[in-house]
This record gives sequence, C-alpha cells and structure tokens, in this order.
Amino acid sequence: MSRLNQRRERIDRGIKARAGDVFALCSWREMLYLLAPRLIPVVGFLGLPLVLDDYWQRVLLSVAVFALLAISWDILSQSGMISLGQSLFFGLGAYCSGILNHYFGWHPLIALPAAALLGGLVSTLFLLPVLRLRGVYFSMVTLIIPLMLVRIVEATKIFGGTEGLSGIAPLPSKWVEMYLIVAVLLGVLFGFRRMLNSDYGLVLKGIKDNDRSVINAGINIYWFKTQALFIASSIGALAGAFMTHVYMFVGMPVFALDYSILPIAAAVVGGPGTLAGATLGAVILVPLSEILRGIGGLRIVFYGIFLAVFIVGLPEGLFHYVERKYHQFERWVEVE
Amino acid sequence: MFLGTMIYALINSAILALMAIGFNLTFGISGVANFAYGAVYILAAYASWLLLNLTGISFWLAAPIAILLSMAFGAGMYRFVLLRVRGQALSEVIATFGIGLAVLELFNYLGLVGFEYTLPVLIDESFMIADTMVDMQRILIVLMAGLLVAGLWAFTHYTRLGLAFRGIAQDERTALTLGMDSDRIAMLAVSFGCGLAAFAACIVIPLGSISPSEGYEVLIKALAVCIIGGLGSTGGVILASFLIGFAERLTDAYISSHWTMIVSLAAILIVLVIKPSGFFGRQKELEERI
Amino acid sequence: MGAAPILEVRGLYKNFGGIQAISDLSFELAEGELLGLIGPNGSGKTTAVNLITGFVKPTKGDVFYRGRRITGVAPYAIVGMGIARTFQMVKPFYRLPAYKNMIIPLYSPRVKKMAGGRYGDRDAVALDLLEEVGFERDAQVAYKTASALPQGYLKRLELAKAISLQPDVIILDELFSGLSLAEVASIVPIIEKLGMEGKTIIMIEHRLKELFRIADRVVVLNYGQKIADGKPEQVMESDAVKKAYLGVDA
Repeated sequence: MSRLNQRRERIDRGIKARAGDVFALCSWREMLYLLAPRLIPVVGFLGLPLVLDDYWQRVLLSVAVFALLAISWDILSQSGMISLGQSLFFGLGAYCSGILNHYFGWHPLIALPAAALLGGLVSTLFLLPVLRLRGVYFSMVTLIIPLMLVRIVEATKIFGGTEGLSGIAPLPSKWVEMYLIVAVLLGVLFGFRRMLNSDYGLVLKGIKDNDRSVINAGINIYWFKTQALFIASSIGALAGAFMTHVYMFVGMPVFALDYSILPIAAAVVGGPGTLAGATLGAVILVPLSEILRGIGGLRIVFYGIFLAVFIVGLPEGLFHYVERKYHQFERWVEVE
Repeated sequence: MFLGTMIYALINSAILALMAIGFNLTFGISGVANFAYGAVYILAAYASWLLLNLTGISFWLAAPIAILLSMAFGAGMYRFVLLRVRGQALSEVIATFGIGLAVLELFNYLGLVGFEYTLPVLIDESFMIADTMVDMQRILIVLMAGLLVAGLWAFTHYTRLGLAFRGIAQDERTALTLGMDSDRIAMLAVSFGCGLAAFAACIVIPLGSISPSEGYEVLIKALAVCIIGGLGSTGGVILASFLIGFAERLTDAYISSHWTMIVSLAAILIVLVIKPSGFFGRQKELEERI
Repeated sequence: MGAAPILEVRGLYKNFGGIQAISDLSFELAEGELLGLIGPNGSGKTTAVNLITGFVKPTKGDVFYRGRRITGVAPYAIVGMGIARTFQMVKPFYRLPAYKNMIIPLYSPRVKKMAGGRYGDRDAVALDLLEEVGFERDAQVAYKTASALPQGYLKRLELAKAISLQPDVIILDELFSGLSLAEVASIVPIIEKLGMEGKTIIMIEHRLKELFRIADRVVVLNYGQKIADGKPEQVMESDAVKKAYLGVDA
C-alpha cells in the first residue's frame, strides 16, 4: 500500500474522550483511566517500602531524594533559570541541619524544616544579584559556588572541615525516615504541580518565554523569580537536610558534583517542564545508577551523554512521550 | 621577597588570562557559554601526551596538532549538537555541560593520572630575578599571554574574519543582513575558543601533571574571571585576571594559602552585588532585547 | 485652560553609544487627548515611547506623570501607575489559547488594585475583554491557540492586554501596521470608545489617513527631534514636515 497519498493522524483514544466529562463517573473503567496515572506513583511509593529488602529500601530513599532535587531543578527551569548546582541547595540544607543539631541540639524533626527554609534563604541571597542578568550568569554562579564552598570548608576547617560533623541525631525510626521522605515527595510533587499549572505558574512560565511581555503587564518579574528560586532551593535544602539525618553525618561531600548532575539528567531524561517527568527520571536513573555501581565513574560519563543526547534529540523527555501514547493513538489515513 | 611575590602574581595572572580568554571569546561572539571548556583543555593535554609518547614526535609538532584537534572537536560539537539547539540558551548550557562532563569523567575513569602524565617544558632553564628563582616556562607563559592578547586584538581589528567576529558580537541581526553567516561564525567562535583552551593547556600543563579534575578547576577559574571581568570583554578578562591573580598571590604570601579561594569567592560576590555584569560587561538594556 | 497635563516630557535626550536617538524632546499631553506620534522610519518614535514607559533610561531629561517624576522608575511600576503600551512586533505566548494570553496581565497587581483588592474570575474577564475587541464569542475565537490566529486578531489581543490593565494612558505602537482597511475600520471604533471613556491615548502610526481622522493633535519627529506639534491639518502644512517625509525643499 503506497504511503504517498496517506498521512499520519493522531487522535485521542476513545476512553480519553469518554473520560473527559462528568460521564466518567458512570463507569469504573473511565475512572480508573483517569486515576491510574496519579495512583501509580502514590501506591508505588507508599507500598514499595513494605515489600522491599533493606538494600532496595535505601535505593528507594535515594530515589525520593533525587526526585526532590530533580523537581527543584525543574521548577527553576520552568521559570527560566538553569541551575548547574543543585548541590548548592543540597549542601546548604545539609549543613544547616547538621549545625542546628550538632551545635544547638535541635531535634531532627525540628531541624529539618528549619534547615530547609534557612538553606533556601541563604541560597536565594547568594543568587539574588544574578537574577537580573542573562540566564547564563545564573548557570555559571550555581556551578561555581558549591565548588568554591567545598574548598573553603576544606581550607578554613569550619564546621568540622574535612572531617565534617558526625554524630548527628537520626530520625526516630527507619519507617519514619522512609515515610517522611515519601510523604514530602508526594506532597511536593502534587502540590507544586498544581501550583505550576495554575495562573501563578503561568506567570512563571511566561517569564521564561517572553519576559518583556510579562514586565509590560505590570508584573515585577524579579520578585517572581525570587519566589521561584526560594521555593526550589528550599526543596533542595530539605533533601540535603534529610540526608544529613540519614547518614548522621555532614561534610564536604554534600557539595559533590553528583548531586548537581543526576537531578539534571533525571529531569531532562524524564521530561523537562513537568514535575512528574522529573520524578520519572529519578525513578529510572537512580536504580540504574545503583545497578551500574560496578562501573564506577563511568556512570557519570553516561549521564553526561544522556544529557546531551536527550536535550538535543528528545527534548520532550520520556514522560511526555508516554503521556502522549496513553492519551492518543496514531494511524494512517487517506488524504482527501 | 616582595618582588618575588609580585613576579609570581604576574605569572598567576597570566595563567588565569590564558585560561579565560577562550571561554570569553566564544561567548562574546556567539553567545554560547561553552561549559565543555575545561574538558577541551584536558582533552588537548592528553592528545598532546599521546602524540608525544606513542609516536615520538617532538612537542613543537605535537602541540599544534593537539590544538587543531581541539578546534576540530569544538567545530564538531557545534555542528552536531549545538546547531540543533541554537538560540535556546538554556539547552545550549545543558548540552555543553553534558558533553564536558562525559569527557572529563571518562578520563577520570580511565585513570590516566600520575607523574608520567605530563607535558615537557619548552625550554628547561631557570633565571634569578632579584632574589627569586623563576623558571623559563613561567616566563614563557607571561610572554605568550601577552602575545596572545595582542594577537587577538590585531586579529579582531585587522583581519576580515576578526572583524566579522566583532560584527556578530555587536549586533547579530545587522551582521546577518550584511551577508555574514552567523552559524558559520558561531561555529568558528566555538572552535577558536577550544583552540585557545588547547593552547593554554600546552603551555600551562608542563608546570605540573595532567589530571582530569584540573578540567573542573580550569572551568571554575575561567568562569570566575569572566564573571568579574564581564562576559564578552577582553579588557575585562585582563583586568580580572590581574585582580584575581594578584589577590590570590598576596593572600597566599601574607595571610595563608587556605584563604585564596575565599578571596576569589568574596571577589565574585562583591562584583555581583555592585556591578553584576562584571567590570566591563555590557548588560544589554531591556530595549535591545525588544 | 489650566488643567494640568497628565503626561509631560521635558528635554529628553537618549544616546545609544554614539547614536543620538532622541534630542531635546518635549511635549505635553492633556487628559483625554488622542495624540498621534509620527515621523519617518528611524525617527525615534518607539524610543520615545520606551523612554516614557521606562523600558529605556534617558541620558538626560525627565518624564512626568500626573505631576510626578517617573524618570528611571522600573517599567513594571510605571504600568502599575496606569500607563499601558503595546509593542510593534506582537509576540504572544504562541502555544497558549488567546484567552490564556490574557491571564498574565490580569494577574498584574494593578488589576487587583483597580478591582479593590481581589482578582475575580480571570477566565471570565479575559473572555469578556476579548469580545469587546472583536473576538467573536459564538465562533469561540478566543479559545484558539495564538499560533493559529491571523495578524489582525493578534493585534487586537495585544490591545486587549493593554486595556485589561485599566490604564489611564494607553500607548499604541503601530497598531494598524499589517492590517487591511477593513480590519483598521473595525478597530477604530474600539479606540474611539476608549477615548470617550476618558482615556488618554498616544498612537504611533505610519497610516496617516486613518490616524488623522481620530487624532486631536499630532507630534512629528525626525532624526530624534520634534519638528512639529499641533493639529493634524496644521502639521501637514508645515514645510519641515514635508521635507522630512518627502525630502522636498519647499
């Protein structure tokens, strides 16, 4: 059959059309169709800890932490700021929580949220001057600052120097650890997804797309960017603070490049522009990285290659691709 | 002693300038921030080393070949990767960052570290200046840096390609209407920048040995110099190199070597607060983007 | 008369690294006036507007709004005070439907202020505003993606965005360019209605015939300098204006 007088047509699946209105309530199948994408992560994250062994539970923990970092990156990227230094937020949050616990004796459950906000605040202050400049400056500064902070800690030996602070109090129990981070992840995922899809999120995306137009609408874009930065950096700081209590230690490694790179790779591979994509990316890459632990530094080589390949070749990411397949199907039709 | 410190400060500034010029040039002309810059630096170093030790040719031949290879790498990176995301600054950043990462970590993984991985100095001699011992290589570095800056100035002011570079840097649209192919120029800009990185590698690496983590160091230093001096301004690079170079050396000599990084970070933060686009950076006024 | 001018430009100069874009520009605008800002290409009309709206800082000179000096104030703040403008090159958010394009101006603090502290239903307001500028509600044109709309509609969208900010001064930069005679004829009543509501309007235009029918006054620029200021008929009689447009030695 000759394809010359045919074209590819992409239309919504029947079930999507049926589920698009209040009639979805009439049928279990349609309701399941709508709920499944949302239920899968919820059920997955809540249920998996119960069936996995210790080692894989740790991996799940890691997935949640990196998912938070990836979500943080994605929020920034949707507002027009590309961060090459998620480790900055992670590290600042980690140190804040460690310091609050080590020097001031704060209980982890109090130090955690405090460190998240404090870490977010300090990060925002560091980056405030570059918000008015071209996006490249933001990338450059986020790249440099954590790398410099490492050397400063090493040189001045503050906060434990090269040995770091050990003996940080852990969270009450292994299950609290697990479900706390899962709850935070789900809350952040669904909550900020809602925010980004609302009119507020539209303004942020507008700033990325055409900031002149947003200024012309009488909106102070720098204030909005600052808000997005504070939110994203606090999420990253929360992830860092959490890990401090899991490892019961904080030191120079918290500013490692790994914490900057993997979240970007996760978001780019999973689907930039959606928080669900960022989470998906983390779910794929973190276990993959664990399995490939044997090849050591070669993993990062792959992340780097993934980054370049995906951002150029499949910029929409895996999530959008899966989403499209879920909602629509393609077929060849005759050209009239 | 003081004179010695001054001399080494000058040398330090020259090294910084050599490292930053390529990155600055690429950005100034094509607007591409080449985050694979540090990777190219190391790539050139290893390429030189391979040519030297596997084929036994002289360094005077190996170095230029390595530089050409780096330029080819840069051109290839532009043609096959950057061209597809041209204009989307955010994607460009991620793409170059990814490539740079892959290259550096590959070398890290291959574990080619050690004293035997080094490049030879050009002339193996030392001089006594005042009461300090200075080796020829370091003097060469200062000379080369000066020649490079002068050469670049002449190039961008007197040759056709150089003037085209300046044209595109000033106003891409107008340059386009005058028949300058902005994509070709951008590719050349990336290529040149990589070549300059390679050049810097060939003369600075002999002071020590090659190590992939040095790639990150180079990127950081180049970024620091460009942030303080202003992206796109050669004058800014020179000024910032002197500033940071002297500040670091003086801190090292009179306070402690641990504080040098703090001084650099403080310098960056101060510049960001007072004049965010750097000393000679031109932050395009809003209307130029309209 | 005695009523203070709503907008006053005093001795504005703007130099772009060697190019004197505006020299010694001064004029006043009374409330409710419709001023035409005309001149040959490159005479500095858009630069003048950029200077008034804060997108560009003047090298010298001042801009006064309701007697208050607004030189150097950030553009978003100037919008907040009640001056709205459109851009010559319309750049909507292409992937969004037309009415969603309106959400961003409707999210502006100015809208909240004018509505007494609450935003209200942005979607509904957007649809109403679009209908006012000619987006047919029955045909649901407002729901179409911006990339699918022709220039005439995009210009109207731009106008609607400016109106949504409930400004007291509206500056329209070449609204008519690229539109057919019919499209222009259908937009003119909307502008006249704005005038009747008491809004002060500045229009940069090249299409003089259509402009002169509605303009109260006209300012002519040439090479960044004001060469004429008065009623449309008077201005077109001026020798300087004829020379500027036609190059004829009168």
